[in-house]
Amino acid sequence: MSERPTQPDNTRIVRRLLLTVVGMFAFGFALVPLYNVFCDITGFNGRFTDGQAAANTKTVDTSRTINVQFITRVNKGMPWGFEPEVQSVRVHPGETKVINFFAKNLTGKNMVAQAIPSVAPGEASLYLNKVECFCFNQQPLAAGSDTAMPMQFYLDPEIPEHIHTVTLSYTMYDMTENAQPDALAALAQPVN
Amino acid sequence: MSTVVGEVDQHDDHHHHAPSGITRWLFTTNHKDIGSLYLWFSFIMFLVGGSMAMVIRAELFQPGLQLVDPHFFNQMTTVHGLIMVFGAVMPAFTGLANWMIPMMIGAPDMALPRMNNWSFWILPFAFSILLASLFMEGGGPAFGWTFYAPLSTTYSSDSTALFVFSVHIMGISSIMGAINVIVTIMNMRAPGMSYMKMPLFVWTWFITAFLLIAVMPVLAGAVTMVLTDKYFGTSFFDAAGGGDPVLFQHIFWFFGHPEVYIMILPSFGIVSAIIPAFSRKKLFGYASMVYATAAIAGLSFLVWAHHMFTTGMPVFAELFFMYCTMLISVPTGVKVFNWVATMWRGSISFETPMLFALAFVILFTIGGFSGLMLAITPVDFQYHDTYFVVAHFHYVLVSGAIFSIMAAAYYWLPKWTGHMYDEKLAKTHFWASLISVNVLFFPMHFAGLAGMPRRIPDYSIAFADINQIVSIGGFAFGLSQLIFLWVVIKCVKGGEKAPTKPWEGAEGLEWTVPSPAPYHTFDTPPEVK
Repeated sequence: MSERPTQPDNTRIVRRLLLTVVGMFAFGFALVPLYNVFCDITGFNGRFTDGQAAANTKTVDTSRTINVQFITRVNKGMPWGFEPEVQSVRVHPGETKVINFFAKNLTGKNMVAQAIPSVAPGEASLYLNKVECFCFNQQPLAAGSDTAMPMQFYLDPEIPEHIHTVTLSYTMYDMTENAQPDALAALAQPVN
Repeated sequence: MSTVVGEVDQHDDHHHHAPSGITRWLFTTNHKDIGSLYLWFSFIMFLVGGSMAMVIRAELFQPGLQLVDPHFFNQMTTVHGLIMVFGAVMPAFTGLANWMIPMMIGAPDMALPRMNNWSFWILPFAFSILLASLFMEGGGPAFGWTFYAPLSTTYSSDSTALFVFSVHIMGISSIMGAINVIVTIMNMRAPGMSYMKMPLFVWTWFITAFLLIAVMPVLAGAVTMVLTDKYFGTSFFDAAGGGDPVLFQHIFWFFGHPEVYIMILPSFGIVSAIIPAFSRKKLFGYASMVYATAAIAGLSFLVWAHHMFTTGMPVFAELFFMYCTMLISVPTGVKVFNWVATMWRGSISFETPMLFALAFVILFTIGGFSGLMLAITPVDFQYHDTYFVVAHFHYVLVSGAIFSIMAAAYYWLPKWTGHMYDEKLAKTHFWASLISVNVLFFPMHFAGLAGMPRRIPDYSIAFADINQIVSIGGFAFGLSQLIFLWVVIKCVKGGEKAPTKPWEGAEGLEWTVPSPAPYHTFDTPPEVK
């Protein structure tokens, strides 16, 4: 009859298992940056994190026309008006377009907002390049005032053949509580 | 209750003077005591979570809002799910593991008895916190057991912090239990008990314990992120701050899918013990059972996004997760065919444990088939968030996991209590449960296919009849479980004396010790040939 395993043996296994537990807890948090990298590379989920694109130097591909739709919404409880100048435009890949978006602060207080973009299908987000966008910065708006915000974009001619429609959606969030200093400075100047 | 169980254990206990009264249970490090505590606790939680299901079914008995307001209805669906998953099914399995694993591998106790005591005794606190949150202003958690952001962050009530802490405690308890199981199995096996000689219940729990260690910390991370998003201004899941609510679903289901196997793998072990015993044949394909269990556990990490087909994933990802999900049916099929092959030309008798095990095989397979239907991406767009999903996971969890726990309880009750249970009453429990569980869950498939959404307190009058039938099944199933309580209490209190091995075809070291199992077993390790 052999001896029962000794105590240190238990300790070693427990230590390894506890390390695994700590490692998996850290892995849960590591999923956050991993997910962001994954989304940037694949365009997964239509997230749009690459920011400003270089100026358009592509040749226009007139053989194709893609319908680009614009959707705007304000987050729940956000008292702003927010609309694109057109619901959709038809563009050739490589062609640069400027679309204006109109925002109006419907409240009696100064506010700062941030528009968050999303692209459907997610795959198309890799080919939608924004040269200029109001969504790159926070938007300060004094009480009751309105503004026109330009967005300049082009579609990369490499965009896959099967994509005929691209939907660009913006959601406007209230950031007054977490405004950046330059957005607050813009508001501090007297209106009109 | 405790005094009743106490009486039983004093029997045959010639070299141990256990402290009596409540301190015996508070300070116990005995695996059998802790196993009993887990089992009783899980049964109480089963009744608590069950009464919440009764509230849900009573509200859904008729279309329109009649009994409870929608916010309370949401709290009922949420807490019912949390209690049943973390309070009923998981502790019941841990209780069975505590009772049976040392006896099955010829060990005197669990490897880490003091931690074993802790892992049980923090559980009542976790569930007291969770249940107490229901009485707070603003109510308890109402965002579904899956606590999707932003429901659990932006739109949740102030009790969310309590929810988060209770989940943390449940997680710590499960992790401690899992560590204990792994160390016990690796270090405490009797001489000659090689890994490939271990009973399948031990094997399936061994694999389950590794799953627990891998995913419970991820759940802890997810609830921590919800906590900091809600109270400390982080933006893990808040799009306005650069986060992404869909990320929550990825993290949650990375935990969530292995979690559903955590709740079914030990069932496979139980059924693999019972079917050979009552077929009076060896288990067909032991090694393939072990490998199939490991394969299911491995695949469970590659399928999480099948819960998220409607979030707008690229087609490639949808296909990947669809095929991986379908692949799981291969090792699962191996198991089902092995059980059938075990019964083939066996000399079968139909005592209650066998009846529950047979019902498990058939009903779990139905749940598996509806799971296969849900795995098909294009049709999942129709089934998603309907009663079809509710029907599917209740088939695998109630008539799957819970039926296997009932089977295990009947199978080992003579060993635990030293008495035979009342077979006639137990059979009544079985047939009442079997019929009512199908009246309860089968029509839900049709309600779901017709488009009835889940987690909504009101519905179109087109679904009125079907919901009435479902509710009647629900009340009947709920009441039937009181018969189980009656059988168990009756068996603990007395009954026909159980022999060392009450089942003719049963195999395993647990049947070599007297019934009831003495307080200490295998002080000297048995020799396994």
